[in-house]
Amino acid sequence: MTTTPLQPRLTDVGPPRYDKYLPPIVLKNYGTWKYHETLAPGVLCHVAESGDRLYTVRGGTPRLLSIQTLRKYADLADKYCGGYLRFTSRNNVEFLLTDPAQIEPLKQELALLGIPVGGTNNAISNIVHTQGWVHCHAAATDASGLVKSMMDALIDHFTHEDLPAKLRIAVACCLNMCGAVHCSDIAILGVHRRPPKVQNDLLTKACEVPTLVASCPTGAIRPVPGVGGKQSVEVLEEDCMYCGNCFSVCPAMRMADAENDGLSIWVGGKVSNARSAPRFSRLSIPFLPNNPPRWPEVIEAVTKIVDVYRGEARKYERVGEWIDRIGWPRFFELTGFEFTRYHIDDFKNAGMTFARSTHIRY
Amino acid sequence: MADADEGVKPANGKPETKLLDELEKGPWPSFVTEIKSAQGVTGGAEDLLGQLELSYEDKVSHWKHGGLVGVLGYGGGVIGRYSDVGEQFPKVAHFHTLRVNQPAGWFYTSEALRTISDIWERHGSGLTNMHGSTGDMILLGTTTDHLEATFQELTHAGFDLGGSGSAVRTPSCCVGMARCEWACFDAMKLCYDLTMAYQDELHRPALPYKFKIKCSACPNDCVAAIARADLSVIGTWKDDIRIDQAEVANYATAGVDIQKDICANCPTRCMDWNGKELNIKNRDCVRCMHCINAMPKALRPGVEKGAVILIGAKAPILQGALLSSVLIPFVAADELLDTLKELIQRIWDFWDEYGTNRERIGELIQRVGLAAFLDGIGLDPAPEMVSAPRDNPYIYYQPAKEDEA
Repeated sequence: MTTTPLQPRLTDVGPPRYDKYLPPIVLKNYGTWKYHETLAPGVLCHVAESGDRLYTVRGGTPRLLSIQTLRKYADLADKYCGGYLRFTSRNNVEFLLTDPAQIEPLKQELALLGIPVGGTNNAISNIVHTQGWVHCHAAATDASGLVKSMMDALIDHFTHEDLPAKLRIAVACCLNMCGAVHCSDIAILGVHRRPPKVQNDLLTKACEVPTLVASCPTGAIRPVPGVGGKQSVEVLEEDCMYCGNCFSVCPAMRMADAENDGLSIWVGGKVSNARSAPRFSRLSIPFLPNNPPRWPEVIEAVTKIVDVYRGEARKYERVGEWIDRIGWPRFFELTGFEFTRYHIDDFKNAGMTFARSTHIRY
Repeated sequence: MADADEGVKPANGKPETKLLDELEKGPWPSFVTEIKSAQGVTGGAEDLLGQLELSYEDKVSHWKHGGLVGVLGYGGGVIGRYSDVGEQFPKVAHFHTLRVNQPAGWFYTSEALRTISDIWERHGSGLTNMHGSTGDMILLGTTTDHLEATFQELTHAGFDLGGSGSAVRTPSCCVGMARCEWACFDAMKLCYDLTMAYQDELHRPALPYKFKIKCSACPNDCVAAIARADLSVIGTWKDDIRIDQAEVANYATAGVDIQKDICANCPTRCMDWNGKELNIKNRDCVRCMHCINAMPKALRPGVEKGAVILIGAKAPILQGALLSSVLIPFVAADELLDTLKELIQRIWDFWDEYGTNRERIGELIQRVGLAAFLDGIGLDPAPEMVSAPRDNPYIYYQPAKEDEA
């Protein structure tokens, strides 16, 4: 794989201009769309003031895509869409058609390729997620395997719009949360549960002690004399809440622990302003074991939440809005999840979540 | 814990992947199948599969902490990645990632996808993420000696690297006016213009920490700007919701319970349905989008469009997660670019002056107080910025300023 350097050397060219890859129908009707209809789960029709109609067929992807699959998408775009396609903020692929007669043949071809069509409106859309063991050093779990296992279990809610409202699920492999998991209807978050193991030899070579001390949100790391007159650190273990930020700034603070790393489940967050304001997800299950390749405990818990929500929530209620109505005690009762001391906030501003009224449902 | 040497990689053969093979079963498209299909490209995918199988066996990551790698003249855009089992899996011993700035709204032509694929076949593992969490196209896995060549081929094809480290991160936006009737400003153009305006700050980290910008063209916020961007631009409108009463009636005929499904779900109860007409008290409307989402053929945002500017969202690390909060309640669509550039400069000046290392702007505002931040960037306080005024009497009156006045 040798190469000849290209000339001239270009830098700071920026991304392609925003309108470079837009199909002609979009360029023509840019900013003048009037309304849209859903023709079937995963199939949208946008109608412009001009009367033009743009059809979108949305397919689920594993996000991690080989160039072979990208070329397949390109072939489909050439065959059905004049060569145009896009991806969504939740890692779906969207084929953009102008001829409605091509929708069914495209869907059939997608089915043959194993690409499910759906993810619109009151369905589960694709799960946004992080790199996990595929490519990240800090991951407490693997995201891709969790997502694959969950979507295998939940796929009928992707291909059918059969939920009270849209349901957004996200996975993050550690508290850095390279995904919007903290505002998802259901969030799966990888957690550590043991303090970092300080590797002194590496620490003196690779880390700045002041930066490391400052990285701890609870002040649990303090400098101590190390070997050979160099500074090292010690961890006040009772003050550590295992966030892993020290590991982010210093590789000598190893967090990974095969037996004690695992998953926590959070519910009720949202990003959209529709009806109620955007909000964070709240702790539902503090810990489930890391159990690859299929994580059955996680799948069971998530499926339980989806089933109970589907059965109990009113039309248009997001998970958090449904819990607002029924109350958290009823949520724990309906799901059978145990309420523990871990559910009670004890970080900053924790008192904001204490119940300071007699509004109790019996 | 299994013995890796026995279990995962027989000599000179494809890795045995009993655990990962389980993830090729089932109806959802499989990432394992994707990795396997790239095995012929450089061998990187093959060793990735082997290393990942090992992680599935012993339940820890086998990637080491990142390293400093990149392309000449840039301080970011490449994530250094090294294996801690490189002897066993030499083709992923060095397996660096390039973040490539996505086209606005993630639109591509088949030709563009093939161009990227061909470059990545010549220079990398053949594996990608479409897309990463911040929005970039992710080219997953190559060696240091290929970084510059990949970069040059990308720039000659009209692509560039995205942000990493303490820099402006790749801005992202929703589909906006390209395919959405609810777009209240041109999110794709604004995102592109901002990205071009900050190429230097994006490629050469010079800020206290990361700075993310996201543009959602309506309050549905399809790119999660309010949850994930230090600077969130979220479309809204000032005038009345546009109503087509005949279409409202059609929805009613088609089975929508207008009173229960629409009016009763309005957060400010600003609308009534008398069986024939939907009446909206727009003065009370908070532009939440529920009624418009539910009846897109009948209701539309008004015509006096623009955006709310919010600041400070972040994930938990370090001082806890934050949602963005209102900084400017309304900026007209055609004034957004100039206003944002001016505002961003003032924010960065303040952040440069007072922010500590790795302190996000939202955390700095928490630390010094929103009022002090407003003083610092020269914005007047407005009631839209708070959910309610303070409920404690611990007010820092400013004797010097009061006396001056």
